[in-house]
Amino acid sequence: MKNERIKQKGEQLSERKLPGKGLSRRSFFKYMGAGIATYFVWTDYLASGVLPKSEGDLLAPDQLSSWIHLSETGQITVFTGKVEVGQNIRTSLTQVVAEELFLPVSSITLVMGDTHRTPYDRGTYGSLTTPQMAPILRKAAANLREILLEQARKEWKIEEVSLTMDQGMVQHPKNGKKLSYGDLAKGKTLLQQMDDNVPTIEPTNWKIAGTSVPKVNGREFITGKHRYVSDMVLPGMLYGKVLRPPVQGSKLRAVKTERAESMAGVQLVREGDFIGVVAQNTRTAAMALASIEADWDSSPQVSRAQLFDHLLSSAEKGNPVSSQVTKAFDESTHKIQHDFEVQYIAHVPLEPRAGLAQWTGNQLEVWTGTQRPFGVQEELERTFDLPGEQIRVYMPDTGSGYGGKHTGEAGIEAARLSKATGKPVKVNWTREEEFKWAYFRPAGLIKVKAAVKGQGIVSWEFHNYNSGGAGIDLPYLGTNKHQEYHRSDTPLRQGSYRALASTANIFAIESTVNDLARKIEADPLQFRLDNLDNDRLEAVINAAAGDFDWNRAKAGPNHGFGMACGAVKGGFVATFAEISVDRESRELKIIKAITAFECGAIINPRHLESQVTGCVLQGLGGALFESVDFKDGDISNAFLSSYRVPRFKDVPDMKVILLDRKDLPSSGAGEAPIVCIAPAIRNAIDDAVGVKINRLPMLPSGIVPEG
Amino acid sequence: MRINVNDKDYTVVVDGNPSLLEVLREQLDLTGTKYGCGEAACGACKVLINGTPTPACITPATVAQSKKVVTIEGLEKEGKLHPVQEVLMEEDVFQCSYCAPGMIITAVALMEKQEALSDSEIVEGMNGNICRCCTYPQIVSALSKLTQKAKAG
Repeated sequence: MKNERIKQKGEQLSERKLPGKGLSRRSFFKYMGAGIATYFVWTDYLASGVLPKSEGDLLAPDQLSSWIHLSETGQITVFTGKVEVGQNIRTSLTQVVAEELFLPVSSITLVMGDTHRTPYDRGTYGSLTTPQMAPILRKAAANLREILLEQARKEWKIEEVSLTMDQGMVQHPKNGKKLSYGDLAKGKTLLQQMDDNVPTIEPTNWKIAGTSVPKVNGREFITGKHRYVSDMVLPGMLYGKVLRPPVQGSKLRAVKTERAESMAGVQLVREGDFIGVVAQNTRTAAMALASIEADWDSSPQVSRAQLFDHLLSSAEKGNPVSSQVTKAFDESTHKIQHDFEVQYIAHVPLEPRAGLAQWTGNQLEVWTGTQRPFGVQEELERTFDLPGEQIRVYMPDTGSGYGGKHTGEAGIEAARLSKATGKPVKVNWTREEEFKWAYFRPAGLIKVKAAVKGQGIVSWEFHNYNSGGAGIDLPYLGTNKHQEYHRSDTPLRQGSYRALASTANIFAIESTVNDLARKIEADPLQFRLDNLDNDRLEAVINAAAGDFDWNRAKAGPNHGFGMACGAVKGGFVATFAEISVDRESRELKIIKAITAFECGAIINPRHLESQVTGCVLQGLGGALFESVDFKDGDISNAFLSSYRVPRFKDVPDMKVILLDRKDLPSSGAGEAPIVCIAPAIRNAIDDAVGVKINRLPMLPSGIVPEG
Repeated sequence: MRINVNDKDYTVVVDGNPSLLEVLREQLDLTGTKYGCGEAACGACKVLINGTPTPACITPATVAQSKKVVTIEGLEKEGKLHPVQEVLMEEDVFQCSYCAPGMIITAVALMEKQEALSDSEIVEGMNGNICRCCTYPQIVSALSKLTQKAKAG
């Protein structure tokens, strides 16, 4: 297979169909315009070792993965199934392509997350864009560069290899003549599969990648011109609303819709228990919805007060804990046993879910803000029993996700209403709907038993109930470990969230390890360094510790220092916090928070710093005060006035230190830096007043409890 | 009802007492002003009414009758950005940017009231606006740069 493909390199493809896409070369260029293009397939991904084999198995081996096209006017268009939700990958991916092609970023356009124009992609999550898509696009761009050089040599009829390229021009080595990339693409329909062995520019020589290129379409956002899905309008479009039950676990018993149906300009849609209305504007649709009288049967639901008992009692039976683990614990004199409770929290993307749908015959188009446009396409296939080719999902740059937009609810609802009414329909969820009917970061109960002997961990038993297995591995040396994630029945709908369960697991790990150090009167920093064998993690710890000046004297009583570290998805992070607890009011003050982060070669320092800052501050919400309150199936704080998220005033004096490892491949940064702020503050509170707070959020009332 | 938005006069329909946000977005197609919470808790829908930053989501459109409304779309004059937009662009502060219009409107009003602001005055003045990506430090730092310029000038 591989050999066959190598043979094709440098040749123009015949009229056979392009792999996996049903496009012939002729139709490809008819669609794209003449020019030169390089493409790669999923097996290239696998060959480069960036994709787990299991993921690759889901796809045809010759499925197109991405391509880059150069037009006759010198414009570069990159096609990728990844999507932009504020992590600024539109910019970073543009940078790596610009770098390989000696082009300004303004010459490059990314088409992202459009199921008809971009190749299949499972989704933008898991901090995978930078380690997976960026290196592949670099290679594809480098390939295009090599093709251009070859074309220039042909044009000038020279064998010379040392042609130079700059700002979209190839320069003749002797006579100073220049050819633009557009000139080289004129009249061509050249399509080549990427050569996996093409050389790319070393990060130490980067001139565009590695620099703080501003957000590529930044002006569109700052002027309000960018159309998020919730802003989009199609000719003849109607606004839709969907009837929701009053609480979770309800079933429709009876409904009276006559008043809604009699309202001018309102159309009612009913398909079984799915009831919606459409109207000329949101207000009329909302009034029509409010006029529907529905009776619901409720069913018993687990409330927040029973949450942790429920997670424990409904958990699957786990693996037996070996007697060595329990024996080492029982025999140890220095041991700790903790239960950590982690509440559900909400993503609260500032743009709630939105979907816009239009049917043309049996062709469906859906615009929706999602991290998985191809996943939404599949959901629509199932909903309407349509083949994927008839469904096109578009994903314009969206008002954030944080792991909370893996699904396509609003798009599907819009498509149902549109199909029933024959008009384009837009469904914008309200904030309340987003709180009540999206999904949450899982709650969790974590039970830890740990023992230390001398300076080392001799027993480590760690059970996570419900929140997940991500980040569960103890990064420290130690013997007799048992680490297990137990699935439980979740009372609320739960799903992905920035860093998944790493936030919960690392909170428990870093709190317990800190307590073990203090138990044996060791310095928590030194204890960690003594028990780590991970250069990259130690490097961020040392960088943050140095800047924090860990060994300095504390400013006074009730002042405390705390730290935590973690390695998540190729990112290495350490956070150090200085806090004080007011003697009278017991209010917490975060005096300083320093975070050091390393994720290989930095592609865009400013945007990386922004990601790390955003992670730490978003993490502060879950650490201190964010939690979802629920009783008998009702979410009691489904508004921004009752669900508190971090604001300007919550920002402490903070600093971000970035370590740039140009010798290491770049990895993602949208998740890892969130994990350390909670345990760092928790350990600082313990240091200050000797109170161990083993729950998230730690201080919903802002007051540190008495010990 | 007549309404003046960004120095243009419009006739809008106010049957059923729509919010100013709905009228701007659905009747005038000025979608730069965003919905975030519907209860004036996040600032995404802020517009200026006679210079005062106002949450359009809880403001009936009729309130704006015979007053001057400025939205994010009205700040750019003849291709030139407002200094607040300019500094936020230069400092490249935003991530998803959905909060940007409301942030900018709030900052414009804040800085028109008083140019030379301390960081804590910026924090105080901006606290009603939520950025869920938490770009708060970058926003404060950018606005602080602008006030430094004002102080120097």
